Amino acid sequence: MTMSVYKALLHLYPASFRAEYGAEMCAIFARRRRDAAGPPAVAVLWAATFFDVLFNAAAVHWDILRQDLRYTVRSLGRSPGFALTAILVAALGVGANTAAFSVTDFVLIRPLPFAEPERLAKLWQRLPGYTRMELSPANYRDWKHVSTAFDSMGAFYELSVNLVGQGDPERLDRAVVTADMFPLLGAHPLLGRVFAAPDDRAGAAGTLMLSYPLWQAVFGGDAGVLGRRVTLDNEPYTVIGVMPPDFHFPSRQVEIWTPARFQEQDFQDRGDNYLEVVARLRRGVSLERARAEMDVVAAQLARQYPKENKRVGANVIRLRDEISEQSRLLLMALSGAALCVLLIACANLANLLLARALARQKELSVRAAMGAGRERLVRQLVTENLVLAMLGGLLGVVAAIAAVPLLARLVPNSLPIAQAPSVDFRVLIFAGLLTGLTGIGFGVFPALRASGRADLSGLREGARAGGGRKERLRSSLVIAEVMASVILLVSAGLLMRALWRLQATDPGFSSEGVLTLRTALPMPKYEGTARRAEFYTRVLSDTRALPGVSAAAYISFLPMVMRGGIWPVGMDGEERERTEAHTASMRFVTPGFFAALGIPLHMGRDVEESDTIDRPFAAVVSESFVRRYWPDQNPLGRHFQLAFHDRMVVGVVGDIRVRGLERNSEPQVYLSYKQVQDGWLAFYSPQDLVVRSSASTGALLPALRRIIRSADAQQPVSEVRTMAQIVEAETASRSAQVRVLAVFAAIAFLLAGVGIHGLLSFAVSRRAQEIGVRIALGARPGTIVKMVLRQGVLLAAAGVLPGVALAYAAGRAMQALLAGVQPGDAPTFAAAAGLCVLMTLLGCLFPALRAVRVDPITAIRAE
Amino acid sequence: MSDKWPQPEALLPLPPSTFHILLALADEDRHGYAIIQDVAARTGGALKLSAGTLYRSIQRMLEQGLIVETQERPAPELDDERRRYYRIVPFGAAVARAEAHRLTELVSMARERGFAPGRV
Repeated sequence: MTMSVYKALLHLYPASFRAEYGAEMCAIFARRRRDAAGPPAVAVLWAATFFDVLFNAAAVHWDILRQDLRYTVRSLGRSPGFALTAILVAALGVGANTAAFSVTDFVLIRPLPFAEPERLAKLWQRLPGYTRMELSPANYRDWKHVSTAFDSMGAFYELSVNLVGQGDPERLDRAVVTADMFPLLGAHPLLGRVFAAPDDRAGAAGTLMLSYPLWQAVFGGDAGVLGRRVTLDNEPYTVIGVMPPDFHFPSRQVEIWTPARFQEQDFQDRGDNYLEVVARLRRGVSLERARAEMDVVAAQLARQYPKENKRVGANVIRLRDEISEQSRLLLMALSGAALCVLLIACANLANLLLARALARQKELSVRAAMGAGRERLVRQLVTENLVLAMLGGLLGVVAAIAAVPLLARLVPNSLPIAQAPSVDFRVLIFAGLLTGLTGIGFGVFPALRASGRADLSGLREGARAGGGRKERLRSSLVIAEVMASVILLVSAGLLMRALWRLQATDPGFSSEGVLTLRTALPMPKYEGTARRAEFYTRVLSDTRALPGVSAAAYISFLPMVMRGGIWPVGMDGEERERTEAHTASMRFVTPGFFAALGIPLHMGRDVEESDTIDRPFAAVVSESFVRRYWPDQNPLGRHFQLAFHDRMVVGVVGDIRVRGLERNSEPQVYLSYKQVQDGWLAFYSPQDLVVRSSASTGALLPALRRIIRSADAQQPVSEVRTMAQIVEAETASRSAQVRVLAVFAAIAFLLAGVGIHGLLSFAVSRRAQEIGVRIALGARPGTIVKMVLRQGVLLAAAGVLPGVALAYAAGRAMQALLAGVQPGDAPTFAAAAGLCVLMTLLGCLFPALRAVRVDPITAIRAE
Repeated sequence: MSDKWPQPEALLPLPPSTFHILLALADEDRHGYAIIQDVAARTGGALKLSAGTLYRSIQRMLEQGLIVETQERPAPELDDERRRYYRIVPFGAAVARAEAHRLTELVSMARERGFAPGRV
């Protein structure tokens, strides 16, 4: 019993050491055990033995490792080409995956930076056609009071404000939050305090909290900022707190927070949906239970308020999942592609190592003959392979660190996280694991195979390296590479086609030469419609007088920038139900908007300065609006109801893609900026200036700023962008993804080509004698080339066929990303197949040439 | 594994266990346990080599070419077939001498400063 324990302990030593000295060590231990009298002595012996084995085993392992490392440096130094290739291949695999993982982990996996983030949920209203609709204050209040599944519930909405009096006037992204929001998130301020219940009571003095960047930029990081009085939209506020730099809520754009103060009249309209709601699940309550409960709550409210709430359901999701399906899919596709690259890199690496092991057969046999056990040989080879993998991994991580900023565009704006992921500890651990797996998985295997044949047969002169079995293994590795590169080529191709299709989508307006900027007019200063009109008239007439400007106008929100503003449409004095079939996007415009944005006017007239509040309310509608309500009829002069008023159609314009290039948009309705009562629909007051001009942005912008300053010196200018930039931003994350995928596909393509080349070169050199004999017997070069090509084509075909099937499956899986391109898109598959043929031919080229050049005399003599 | 043996000085200073093993093998070939006993006896029990330290040292000393394993065995009645016997080689003796010289110089330096007994 005692001896078996000791023998078991000896297994901590390397097998070679154990085989050499194990028996004697056992004998010594047995003697000492006999000499030890009494339990205390035995205990001391065991303790000493235990530490002796632990320490010395580690030391012996370390000795061997040092030897192996020295040997590795020498042996890799002898073949720097091989070493460099292997390191680069490993770096590609590890680098691609580390970069992809750092973004995917950042966006999809890692917990949100709040206390117990898994208990945080987002609550939405569910309406026909809309799964995520904001809540009205009334419904929010009722949900909060009735539900029991949550510890607390808070609401917020985003509303930017003008900051005046701290240097240049600035437009700030603000979130208006209920007082329970910060405690609910478990967020603590860097300075001062967060909002408390008294802050969001109606009539309380204004308080605000600053984000770290704003505190730094505008207040110079001054700790004395607490208690400072600040003017936002002409209202006084006191700074009560500063949040830490890593706090982002609800998104990273928000720079300032103020408390929500609901007035009694805010609870009147249950259809006034603008609150986003976050709640913390009660401990032990599952999301499913919360959903079930909220369904009941919503049904109850539907019975209680049938008019407004009849079709309103509840939708509860985790705050973590507050990310579009598209963002998720983009990242999943990226990760899948990175895995393909890793697979290819590993296959390539294994192939390289196998080839090298074969070439070293003699060296290994010599070492085996000199008494090195198989275990030592394997260990030596594994050390070599691990060193290669680790150097590759290191290089890969460096490459990933460099690449991650390029992937920042794949981080959606809707999450409360920073803009760009960083390569941190988590990512490094992942990279380490990946490197280890690569090294062990594809280093140990070839090592075992190589050392398995390290016997005397390897020493025989003229022994041919490798056998049929080994070549089959290498062939399957090459086939796997081809397969994975087909998948990558097709996926990248499909996504590229989708991108092109989207970029070719007509937005309905012409963005060329159009500059936009925002002057959000503060309320209540600009509550009066006439006051606003004065501002617009002044700015627009001065702008139109600038050289090069051909048109200028104001609109509530630019298309694609703000996708909401969707209102139910009523006909014949009756409001239809708020479903997708009866809603339209509503905007107020100044005359000339359609000309400025190049939207064609098909019928009737534009909104005019004479469309004032005392005239019939005019509306210009889009073609799809006419198709929906008055197909094949003259729409001019027809009436409908929208936003509390009867409106008359005076013109018809072309449709534009308000919701962006990828989604169908509701029909559009444009209203005269003058036909709105003072203080009504303030949210829709025109604020985006659109200027069509032949002058450059650089020349135009200073003049525009001057004009706006002279119209109102306290008015900030924000979001200066060309319309082209706005349209381009629509496809920015796709472009980023496609670029990365294209790089991955190119790498895959290259590696697979190299794989084919390597295998065929090897086959040709192995069959040099046979080829020599054939040439000697009169075989023509064409026959020889055909022989080599045949092998290459067989390899490629064996990879392409399953590759195509898998690529189709991959295409199906990401169909939602394809913007209508079919997952079996023939041109893409044809192009990928064509590239594979090209790759095969290129891979065959040099081996075939070498085969033709085999000198029969030399080849036969070598036997 | 190296092709040429280095200069004896290249291995200095020797780990104490290595030096003691060389001393134990100075007058006769010994097997592992006999080395442990000899070291213990010479140091009055102060140094008891553990099996792990002993064989790790022996492995390294074999590689460094300080000792060899000998095929000569004692009379069968005194032998145990599991035992391996080790013999010091001239290079090992040279290294031991070099280490002894190093230690002597060290002691004489200590003596000059009055840290060790004896004449200045």
